This record gives sequence, C-alpha cells and structure tokens, in this order.
Amino acid sequence: MDFGLSPEQRMFQESLGRHLAEASPLEVVRQARQPSFDPNRLVPGLAALGVAGLLVPEAHGGLGLGVLDAALAAEMLGRAAAPAPFVAAFVMAPLALALAGSPEQQAALLPKIAEGRLRVGAAFAEQVAARADAGVEVVQGRLSGRALFVLDFAADAYLVASRDGGLWWVEAGASGLERIPFSTIDTTRRVGELRLAATPAEPLPGASPAVLRRIIDAGRVVLAGDTLGAAQHMLEAAVDYAKTREQFGRPIGSFQAVKHMCAEMAASLEPCRAFLWYAAHAQDALPEEAALQAAHLKAHVAEVGTRLAKTATEVHGGMGFTDLLGLHHWFKRIAWNRQMLGSPEQCRREAARLRGLAA
Amino acid sequence: MDLSLSPRHQAFREEVRRFLAEHGHKAPRGHRGDHVAWQKLLIEHGYAARFIPREYGGYGAPPDILEARIIAEEFGRAQVSPGLQGQGVSMLVPTLLEVGTEEQKRRFIPPTLTGEMIWCQGYSEPQAGSDLASLRTSAVLDGDHWVVNGQKIWTSTAREADWMFALVRTEPEAPKHEGISFLLIDMRTPGIEVRPLVDMTMEANFNEVFFTDVRVPKENIVGRRGEGWRIANLVLRHERGSLADPNAMMARLLALIDLMKAERVDGRRAIDDPVLLDRLMRIEGRVQALRANDLRLLSAKVNPDHGDPRVGLAGLLVKLETTELRHELEGLAVDAMGEFGILYDRSPELRAGGTWVRSWMYYLGLIIGGGTSQIQKNIIAERGLGLPREPRTARP
Repeated sequence: MDFGLSPEQRMFQESLGRHLAEASPLEVVRQARQPSFDPNRLVPGLAALGVAGLLVPEAHGGLGLGVLDAALAAEMLGRAAAPAPFVAAFVMAPLALALAGSPEQQAALLPKIAEGRLRVGAAFAEQVAARADAGVEVVQGRLSGRALFVLDFAADAYLVASRDGGLWWVEAGASGLERIPFSTIDTTRRVGELRLAATPAEPLPGASPAVLRRIIDAGRVVLAGDTLGAAQHMLEAAVDYAKTREQFGRPIGSFQAVKHMCAEMAASLEPCRAFLWYAAHAQDALPEEAALQAAHLKAHVAEVGTRLAKTATEVHGGMGFTDLLGLHHWFKRIAWNRQMLGSPEQCRREAARLRGLAA
Repeated sequence: MDLSLSPRHQAFREEVRRFLAEHGHKAPRGHRGDHVAWQKLLIEHGYAARFIPREYGGYGAPPDILEARIIAEEFGRAQVSPGLQGQGVSMLVPTLLEVGTEEQKRRFIPPTLTGEMIWCQGYSEPQAGSDLASLRTSAVLDGDHWVVNGQKIWTSTAREADWMFALVRTEPEAPKHEGISFLLIDMRTPGIEVRPLVDMTMEANFNEVFFTDVRVPKENIVGRRGEGWRIANLVLRHERGSLADPNAMMARLLALIDLMKAERVDGRRAIDDPVLLDRLMRIEGRVQALRANDLRLLSAKVNPDHGDPRVGLAGLLVKLETTELRHELEGLAVDAMGEFGILYDRSPELRAGGTWVRSWMYYLGLIIGGGTSQIQKNIIAERGLGLPREPRTARP
C-alpha cells in the first residue's frame, strides 16, 4: 500500500517547475494577452521535457504514462499560469486517438503530438452541456453545426465530438470550416468556436459514448490539477505577503483576521491534493469509480479554488486588485477552469446520476 | 501509487472477517451487553490492545498500521463494537507506556485495557479553556500526599470513572508551562464532587469535578514534577485526529441518503429536490476529499521514508475540517426533514430517535471541544504556514 507519488513523479514535477520558472515567468504570462504572442511558444520546451507525449503510448514515441502524471503536469502549469496548450492538445487528443483511433491514425498522428509538432484542439463542450443552438451533426460523412468553447484553440487540427457520440478529426484548413476565436478573462489559454458547414472530417472508428466519457473525465481531472497548482501559487503568495506587509507596526499575518484567512485557504486546499491523486489514479486503475471521482473532484476543487482565489486576493489588499502585482492572472485561470468541461453544479448533477440518485 | 494490500494483509482481513462471522453476535450494542467480556475476547484474539506488550495485558503484536486500519474497517463494515475507545485506552495507556514507571504500567494498564478500570480526563478548567496552560487547580505536597484543590470542567465519563488523569499546578512560581504535573487521582477519594453538566443536547455528556483537600498518594505522579505539559502533549495530538473519522463520515452520509429517499415533502422525495440534492453532492465531494486526505496520512505512516513534504499540513487540518463538515452533514438531514427535523425528546413523529438533530448539536460541541476551530486555525497558520504568532500581551 502506497498512496503517494513515486520519486520519478516528484522529480518530474520539480524539473517541470524549474523549466516553467524560466520559460514562463510573470513577464511571459503578461505577454500572452498581446496579439503577437505565439500561443504555442512554450510547446517545444514542454515537448523536450516529455509533457507533450505523457499520454502517447511508448510504441508511438511517447512516455505511455497515465492521467495521474498528466494531472501532476497540469498542477505545475497552473502554478506558473503558463500560457500553453495542454488539456486538449496533450491529454484529450492523445487519449482519444489511443482509445478510438485506427492503427493508421495512431501511427500517423501520435508521434507528431509527442514531438510537439502537431497541436490538436478539442471540441467537446456540447457533450457536457450544449449552449444555445450549439452542436455538430453528421450528414453524409461531413460535419455541420457549431462547436463552442473549443479548447486549445490555436491548433493544427481538431477532435470534434458529434451529437451522435462520434469523434472526428478535422484539419484546421478544411473546407467549410470557420474559426472564431473568443476572448476570455484568462488570456493564458485559447478557446473559440468552430463553425462547420459540410466540413470534411475523418471519423475515429472506436468512438463510443464510453470513450467520450473517459476523455471528458480525464480533461476534468487535468483542469482540477491546474486549479490546484494555481491555487497553491495564490496561497503561497498570500502567506508571503502576510509575513512581510506591515500595518499598525506589525506584519499583517500576525493579526488573526488575516491569519485565519490563510489557515482556511490551506485547510481547504491541502485535501484537494490527495483527492487529485486519488481521482487521477482512478482514471488509470479503478474504472468502476473513475467517472464519479472525476465529477466530484472537478466540482470540489473548483469550489475550493474559487473561494481561495478571492481570499488570497483580499489578503493582498488593494495591491491584489491591481495589474501591477499580476495576481489576477491566477484568479482568472481558476475561474476559467471552473466553467470548462462542466461547472460545479453540472458536475454534481452528473455525480448524482452516477450514484443512481437522479435521472 | 499502489492501493493494493500485501497477501499477508489480505489474509489478515480474511481472519478478521472470520472472527466477526463467528463471534460478532456476542458484541454489546450501545449500553447493553457485557463490555468487559467482549473486550477480553477481543484482546485474546488480538483485535483490541493489539500492539500493547503482553506483560501489560495486551496482545503483543508488533506495531502495524495497516492491521489496525483493517480491524477498524472490518468492525465498522460489520457494525460490531470495536471494543473500548475511551480516553483511558486512547490517551492514558500510550502516556504510561511512554513515561510511566514500571509499577504504574503494571498496576494501571491491564485493568484499563479490559475496561475494569474506567478513566476520565481532567484538563480543562473554567478559566483555562483554549489557554489550557493557565490552569489553576493546585497540588501541594504534604508528607506522602499531594493535596489537590480546584475545579475541572468538560469531564466526560466522570460519573462512571474509577480514576482521573489530571493536569495540576505543582510549581506556582514557575512559568506557566513548566509548573504543571500529570497526576492520577482515584475518583473515590474523599473531597471529590462530580456535578453533571447539561449541554444543548439536554443531556449531560460532560461534568464538572470539584476538588476540596483531596489527598493523592505521592507516587501517583506520572513523570517528574513540572513535566505535565510536555507529557499531556504527547497524546493530545491523537485526540485531535480522532474526533471525526472520515470513514465514519462516509457511513453517516449513506444513512443520510437513505433518509432523503424516505422523507417526502409535497409528495416528492427529499432526494428529488434539486437544491437538497446539490447540497448532498457537495458534501459528498468534501467527504471524498477528506477520505483521500486520510488515505494520504495513513500511507505516510506506513511508508515514512517516502517523503511527502506537505503531509504535516495534511494532518493539522483534520480536526477543523472533519468536525465542521460533520456538523454540516447532520444539519442537511435536519433541513431535508423540515419541521420534522427539529422534533426532539420523545415527540410523536420523531425520526430515527432524534439522532440527526441531536448529532447536529453535538458536533457543534466537537467543533469547540478539543481545541476550537479558531485555535486549529492558529495552529495551521503558525505551525503549517509559518505565520507569526500573536504578540504576547501582559500575563498574570
């Protein structure tokens, strides 16, 4: 019995953290909002560390690791608020291809993903909760409709889930495809809309509702990992600030009002770490509880993260609200993660369904 | 990451299950049944006092955290009493094993393990709550006896107890943490008066204990004079973790789900109310988080060399988070029942004997007892996060 990270997993997190401290300091996080910023600028460095190929099987040039390792990488990316693709490009896409792709698709696409040369977006939002008239239909082997909130939008190709539970590979330059980028509060990650009009697409033959479920669940766990890392950064920033900022002749962290805010943040966040490990491990090894754990984890970490992001900002007082300090990038990262792939309310509704408590 | 048990531990689980199948029916239920006989049977088979040396009346197995966990899980699953869990077994015995004299160990540990000697804890005083080290109950040496005067409060089981382990001030001139000694007091000694303390559940779960010139033999001190604070802290940590076990919370959650399926409002089951269902699922998510946290703490004890730098923080938060969550969980049951939720005592229409609303109130007591939530936050902030301590103001 060993419920914890292996030495290799800890070393991987440390080396990724060191890399991101250099490759993605606050100046780079700030630059991400400029139109000239290449959203895939960090990809070669991440690929060199193996981050792009974590979930790519070894036979196709990847590391063949699991969702737990992806969640640990996400934690470090969230901690740095790194402006880089990850959840779609390097988690959902390789998982989809490994689970549902044909041998030819796997051989052609997975090695390029592992090398960081092929960036893939994921259009799954309608499988979680379809907004407005969004959704993608299949007519005579071509796709039509709208896919909203496509993740890792600055991509070379997209995996699109259709209403009937199919999975499709769509090249960014396909005919009848219009790409409309969105601006969100979080400028470190790209999302947008795909408008498809009889767009040619290649099906992944192994697609099924169960496969879609696993891909979404992995995405949820990874977003929770990102929130954990971002929240950990905000907690540490708040504690450091509380130790050094003086008012009334004392560090503000010696006042119980501030001290207890810090304690509440830590007490709510630290169990999220073990919860992340458990839920991620469930994706890899405990299939009967994987979906329930992913839904509960996504909801719980989003709630803890949102509250923590508010509290950590308040500990910084007026400075927390400014762009000078840049803390808001992490606040927005957490807020973004909360809404993607299922809000807490949607995830809890799903948890209730999975428990047999709701229709 | 490997959640599987070794073949040896799997075999041990089977052994516990066989024992429960064979003997489980003999277990006492609530206050009924022969607790001492059951406790002796458990010790004989190694399911109570498992790691206590044989010469002190235990089973004498080498310490094994997973075995202890398996016993707790299997007894919980079978809903069979796991034997004595009181402060004598959980706090006094570990203290005596660590710092007691050979004579104290032989005299006090065996009857405590069997339940033939029942203990209460005399720590808190009316003026010494969160600031426990300011306690004033005095013990003055007079010949071969300590003469004890003062008052203790929040003493559970004082009415049933044969003995009390108490913190008393023996060195009034010393700094407050260094003037305290750890004393064992026979509750039948003249000069002790126990008054039940009725709490908001309208039950007397606690007592006040008054001491007037109570004479305690000199040799009943544990450790040296002035060492009492350090000795008490050896085991206080155990108490903080044990007030709300996340696995027990999961069992309670399942009972809550059954309740919400049975309770109907306007012809609709409580569980079909989307707002109540969302609250339930929110609590279930928090229970899952604390169970994972508990598994992490267990794993760190089993594999102490694996290095988990933040595991200390994961332990400090348990008392705060579990008692607050348990109070909320019980409160959701009250809300799900609506007006029926606040029925109490022997009212007609009472649900489940009034246990939900009683437990909701009782857990408010546990949020306060054993170090209030606010004290827990100080501990988390100061020890876990390294924030500065409160500046000390003038002290008596």
